[in-house]
Amino acid sequence: MKMELIQPFINAADAVLAQNLNCPTQLGHFVMEEHAYHSKGVAAVVTVVGDIEGRIIFDVEPATATRMASVMTGTERQESEELVRETICELANQVIGNAITTLNDQGFHFKVHPPQVHQGEGTKGNEDTEALVMCFDTDSGKVYMNIAMHYKRRRRGEQL
Amino acid sequence: MEQFARVIRKDGQTIRYLIVDDSVFARKNLSRMVESFGGQVAGEAGDGRAAIAEYDRLQPDLVLMDITMPEMEGIEAAERIVRQHPEARIIMVSSVGYQENIVAALQRGARHFVQKPVKADVLYEVIKYVMGEDCVVAKGATQGS
Repeated sequence: MKMELIQPFINAADAVLAQNLNCPTQLGHFVMEEHAYHSKGVAAVVTVVGDIEGRIIFDVEPATATRMASVMTGTERQESEELVRETICELANQVIGNAITTLNDQGFHFKVHPPQVHQGEGTKGNEDTEALVMCFDTDSGKVYMNIAMHYKRRRRGEQL
Repeated sequence: MEQFARVIRKDGQTIRYLIVDDSVFARKNLSRMVESFGGQVAGEAGDGRAAIAEYDRLQPDLVLMDITMPEMEGIEAAERIVRQHPEARIIMVSSVGYQENIVAALQRGARHFVQKPVKADVLYEVIKYVMGEDCVVAKGATQGS
């Protein structure tokens, strides 16, 4: 996996989390993994198809999602399945939307499918693709992002 | 939340908004922002098709429209609304803000584009710009929530 594919997602996650949660974020651990991914709680999986193909998993514990929702809406929220799902999907959409904006303006063209939410179970990635797993520390808790992507085609004008 | 001076129609009436997003969460956040600008949420819709029906029914002053939605995407819904109501003021609000998308939205009738995560002060300025001479800034800030 090339860093030029990953960096826009890191930048986007950093900016989106900091703005929505109104706090500084810190990138914690950062590791490559080849085995299936196991969710920490609730995971939104977004599939990317086009010049770049793969998937991004955005993952938080339900209590973290609830704290995030409280900050984002400015009112104390009670944990519920719907609230947790809504929060994780909205953050995933914003992070991924911002990242693909950068990649698209760099010449990569691809489609992003809406997030699929998985709860309380291992989310299996493509076994042939190594994934980069990173953790962002925020005031509301830890946010995990798992990225597995590869080039399908190079940008227009570039050779494989 | 930040405090803003109320933006109202030049006839003194409250600006009425239609908020279109498939995320309930996003709709709530946008509602909270426009209310902090002194506006009123006339209605909400969760997809492009519902947005067209709600526009016909409510005739709002401004529409805040997401792009990626089920049933019908926001750009197509904006185009259909503007075809029926050339005076419609639609601001696209999306996390996907690459140039092609913005140009497509503007070519098909949207008046402006705001990227998510939405900053209240940016949205406030865009709303004033899109309303143009049809709005005035009233004295005194709204009560922040």
